Amino acid sequence: MGKERMDFIDKGSKTSLFISRLLSYIFLAFVTVLSLFSFYLLIINATRSNAQLQAGFEILPKEHFFDNLVTAWNDTSIFFLPQGMLNSFIVAACTCILTSYFSAMTAYGVCVYDFRGRNFVHKAIILVMMIPTQVSALGFVQLVNQVGLTNTYWPLIIPAIAAPATYFYMKQYIDSTLPLEIVEAARVDGSNEFRTYNFICMPILKPALAVQMIFAFVASWNNFFTPALLLDKKEMYTLPIMLSIVRSRINSQAGDMGEVYMIILLAIVPVVIVYLFLSKFIIGGVTLGSVKG
Amino acid sequence: MSSTTNAPVKHKSISYAGWGYFFIAPFVIVYVLCSLIPLLSTFYNSLFENYMDGLKQVGPNFIGLDNFVTLFTPRADGRLEILNYTGNTMIMWIMGAVPQIVFALLLAVIFTSERMKIKGQGFFKTVIYMPNLIMASAFAMLFFQIFSSVGPINQIIMSGGGSAYLFFDNEWSARSIIAFINFLMWFGNTTILLMAGIMGIDQSLFEAASIDGANSTQVFFKITIPLLMPIIIYVVITALIGGLQMFDVPQIITAGRGAPNNTTKTLVMALNSYIGTSKNYGMAGAVSFILFVVTGILSFIVFRSTEPKKEGKKK
Repeated sequence: MGKERMDFIDKGSKTSLFISRLLSYIFLAFVTVLSLFSFYLLIINATRSNAQLQAGFEILPKEHFFDNLVTAWNDTSIFFLPQGMLNSFIVAACTCILTSYFSAMTAYGVCVYDFRGRNFVHKAIILVMMIPTQVSALGFVQLVNQVGLTNTYWPLIIPAIAAPATYFYMKQYIDSTLPLEIVEAARVDGSNEFRTYNFICMPILKPALAVQMIFAFVASWNNFFTPALLLDKKEMYTLPIMLSIVRSRINSQAGDMGEVYMIILLAIVPVVIVYLFLSKFIIGGVTLGSVKG
Repeated sequence: MSSTTNAPVKHKSISYAGWGYFFIAPFVIVYVLCSLIPLLSTFYNSLFENYMDGLKQVGPNFIGLDNFVTLFTPRADGRLEILNYTGNTMIMWIMGAVPQIVFALLLAVIFTSERMKIKGQGFFKTVIYMPNLIMASAFAMLFFQIFSSVGPINQIIMSGGGSAYLFFDNEWSARSIIAFINFLMWFGNTTILLMAGIMGIDQSLFEAASIDGANSTQVFFKITIPLLMPIIIYVVITALIGGLQMFDVPQIITAGRGAPNNTTKTLVMALNSYIGTSKNYGMAGAVSFILFVVTGILSFIVFRSTEPKKEGKKK
């Protein structure tokens, strides 16, 4: 029925359909260029030597990609880039595991058990979901100083256990996909509740957990504000801090611009690679986790 | 794995309920320790005079609401700090958010159009969403390079016979670049949220409108937009909450100085320099409190606007 109607309309306005399609594709092409031009500039500039970069702009890549890579990788004058990548990776990996495991566990607790205060807990978590971390940063930095954990990764990793946005996402997912009969059945079979969660329910939640792990990893990898307040030893720097240092150095001395472009490229390349493999999956997760904003 | 499994079947729901506390305990404990207590102590700090004057520690002395008074009193140079930083944040947010919403709406309509059946949607969505996952600091550093006095843009200008334009020395070009990065990073995300909203609209409404002879412009303004209003409001407010936290991009681009002349310094940049650089914990507390109140009001609006819908779905 609907199909017939659509065909009827199409016949009536073939030209207008052609024009709107044409305009749409032109707009999409424009947006694609807009989204990609900065990455293109980044990549070609990372292939040019400092002298070539000073000489003028060119649209095609040059042959110094590996020279820049070696320079950026081995430079220890202000920090050691591979160390920063490793540091960022350690923090992001721990964060994403803790966030997804414990926030899912909380959502599971609220969905499955009818304990007193359950509604209050749910409402409270939703209410605090929008509070930015920056708002409590001062108190948090003071606390970290008092317990002597400055320049360690604990204050970046431990808070990941309580991620309200992940809780919200998992709560919705569990409500819609996890049949409580499974929990009942596991009880009849004599499974302990914690075991039921870990070995019977977690596998069912895998798709949602994976999405949340990716988002948590990326958020932590890109995080600048809190690490910048807590880490001031160069062995502990994460990538965003290193970028801020590269930026401040440009004010005082010119340096090798090819190396600067290469550092930027290396900072974003792991996330881009993961994204290109999993983009469908990630984009699908955006809507469900939309409260993240 | 012992006691609970032996529980009598008739009290099933009661005997297992206690497990709920076990499951929520790690989250609640960590939240209270790492967020709630720091939040309260941040506010407590706002009531004290507590800063470093050179190498000398001043305070902490209880001064009531004086930090807030300072924040809302013009300084010697005539600058009203809180207004200055909030103004900068809002100006740069609006400059990015307006094209962000417009582009996202257009793209969402294009992608969901039954009539046009756009091909290559997967590719286009992948491309427009990608900037959202890129490190904001790296983006900022890249644009700083691109627009620097010796960067590609200026090289193109100079090869055309012009002289180098110092983009980061003019308040409006600096603000525009920061706003543009924010736009670039978020319009893909907004597109995907709006698409979900459009696909939630009853398809028969579009068909009915077409049969009644409505053209696509009429459909867009008379059906799509009004029905999409709740999600547009949601998107705008959450974007505003995100915008208030603007930090990484202007911090990196201006190396933390909010140059030129404090015209790109945002609220959170001010907070960062109070905590980190000047160690003025009293003022940091006051700025945090204001940020909290504003975000709280905005969140409450979101909370109110989404709550009834959820209940509706459950029924």
